[in-house]
Amino acid sequence: MADIRFIQGNEACALGAIYAGCRFFAGYPITPSSEVAEMLSEELPLVDGVFIQMEDEIAAMAAIIGASLAGKKSMTATSGPGMSLKLENLGYACITEVPCVIVNVQRGGPSTGLPTSPAQADIMQARWGAHGDHPIIALCPSSVSEMFTETVRAFNLSEMFRTPVIVLSDEIIGHMREKIVIPQEGEIPIVNRKKPKVPPHEYKPFKGEEDFVPPMAAFGEGYRYHVTGLSHNEEGFPIQSGELVHQMNVRMHNKIYKNLDKIIKNEVYMCDDAEIIIFALGGAARSSKGAIRHLREEGIKAGLFRPLTIWPFPEEDLRRVCSRAKNVLVVEMNLGQIVFEVERVLSCMGVKIDGMFDSSGEPFTPLSIVRRVKEIFQR
Amino acid sequence: MGFNYHSYLREKMMPHIWCSGCTHGIVTKALIRAIDKAKFDKNKVVVVSGIGCASRMPGYLDFNTLHTTHGRALAFATGVKLANPELHVIVVAGDGDAVAIGGNHFIHSCNRNIDMTLVVLNNNIYGMTGGQRSPTTLEGDISSTSVYGSIGNPIDVVNLAIGAGATFVARTTTYHVHQLESYIYSGLMHKGFSVIDAVSACYTAYGRRNKQRYKSAIDMLNYMKNNVVNISAAREMNSEELKGKIIIGIFKDSLEPEYCEEYQKMINRVKNKT
Repeated sequence: MADIRFIQGNEACALGAIYAGCRFFAGYPITPSSEVAEMLSEELPLVDGVFIQMEDEIAAMAAIIGASLAGKKSMTATSGPGMSLKLENLGYACITEVPCVIVNVQRGGPSTGLPTSPAQADIMQARWGAHGDHPIIALCPSSVSEMFTETVRAFNLSEMFRTPVIVLSDEIIGHMREKIVIPQEGEIPIVNRKKPKVPPHEYKPFKGEEDFVPPMAAFGEGYRYHVTGLSHNEEGFPIQSGELVHQMNVRMHNKIYKNLDKIIKNEVYMCDDAEIIIFALGGAARSSKGAIRHLREEGIKAGLFRPLTIWPFPEEDLRRVCSRAKNVLVVEMNLGQIVFEVERVLSCMGVKIDGMFDSSGEPFTPLSIVRRVKEIFQR
Repeated sequence: MGFNYHSYLREKMMPHIWCSGCTHGIVTKALIRAIDKAKFDKNKVVVVSGIGCASRMPGYLDFNTLHTTHGRALAFATGVKLANPELHVIVVAGDGDAVAIGGNHFIHSCNRNIDMTLVVLNNNIYGMTGGQRSPTTLEGDISSTSVYGSIGNPIDVVNLAIGAGATFVARTTTYHVHQLESYIYSGLMHKGFSVIDAVSACYTAYGRRNKQRYKSAIDMLNYMKNNVVNISAAREMNSEELKGKIIIGIFKDSLEPEYCEEYQKMINRVKNKT
């Protein structure tokens, strides 16, 4: 019988993590993500997993990296102020290529901002927050069901590419309650990290294979390798500036950007004949979808392009979907961030790009988006 | 016959980065001998560090080694140990790493009592970055950021560890080589969180600037030799007599509930209920 529940997005995220094989969670209380931790503190012991509340956000991020190196799939969850603190060790997870999942249930900022209200103002932080060149994968769920499935996908991608993956949710999706059908065991494939097939003395923990991803041994399995946040060679030992450093950075970049077909995912809604395409994600995409139904009823050909993978940015898909549109409207709960990516990608395509931005902490109403679209057409 | 260190070292990583006169190598060798004496399987040993001169040690050791971010080694180590309690987790940290930027992690690691060992290579200075004042720099001493003399009391690593709840706490110096090995060994054998404050010497960045005490690197070891007071003797001395002294010994050795075991007990309890 189907397992149907009526739960919060944050709870669906916790259940998705368990489903994906997460057996280690370290966290620190913060609104509006605390329910993820609360639920996992209850669920993880039941599957012999570890839940630990750490002394701070930095420590929580560190602990999940340590746990992943010891062989456990691991996750932490936070929101803006906590995310700012995670960035130090997020960069560490990038350079050491340690799979792990970081959930950011976005709230209003900057700083303490609006702890209980939604925002989408950490989009660029997700991409560039950690210092230095580094690739990142960030996923944007837009419903309670997707909080489950995108969390599973986050784990799968992190395992597949030996990389941290951010689930970039927002307070609307995190706290909203909806019906969800919990997938049966085996319904969604689960990916586990590649293990070395060579004996320990031949193992190079940072040598990419054909897909640019190195196999990963767990501490304790007999491989005794070195992990450092310093730039390192294929064996993991520190190296000084030079060609090898550049090669390492390029390979880390390539493992994401040469595997885009496995990472990019979008919802394209009513775009075939659309004259105006709304670009929105997460909570803002829900209001946008409502607006599109209103607009269609009034005979206005509107469609939605909704990335589920926001980083890496879905450049090719966006160009293809927008190839016949006259207008694109970027709707985001911030003062204008992802619009610049959209502009960059669609420049020289002759499409007119507008933005609809709001940082009030209030969700967009569908009707406000309808009005904006009409303004654009009357211009 | 001398102790054979080769099987524990990654010799291709040599030469190490430490300056002549630095005594971090003495701690490294004491740690190796202690691990050898403990008969740990090398594959099950994880050595974790943060940032600084001391934190380069794991790179030279043939174990599972994890060189992390500044101050965070204990938090990474907590993840490693909880994820696989079979592993022997050892953390090495300098004084700045352990009790300045890592102070919060230090306190909570002591409090949690996870079965890990922390060795603080305490040389009273930020050596790697060029000799800036650290939380354990002695009052009045010169560093590159206390050029007119350091203000304020240094943090006592041992007192902090005891106050925060570590269950094995000891201090000795890099002059007292055998005692250092013995304390580290006791820490490794101890069930719970153990802290060994290993007084180390940085002549390049600290000693040279404080010629009132040290004319040479050797003087730094002689200072340790001449100024230690055993904990039992210290108990009979007043604060005036203890001024400038290094108190050595085992300050605390108690058996208290260990976190990983308590966690497992909780799992067993809740799973039996459901």
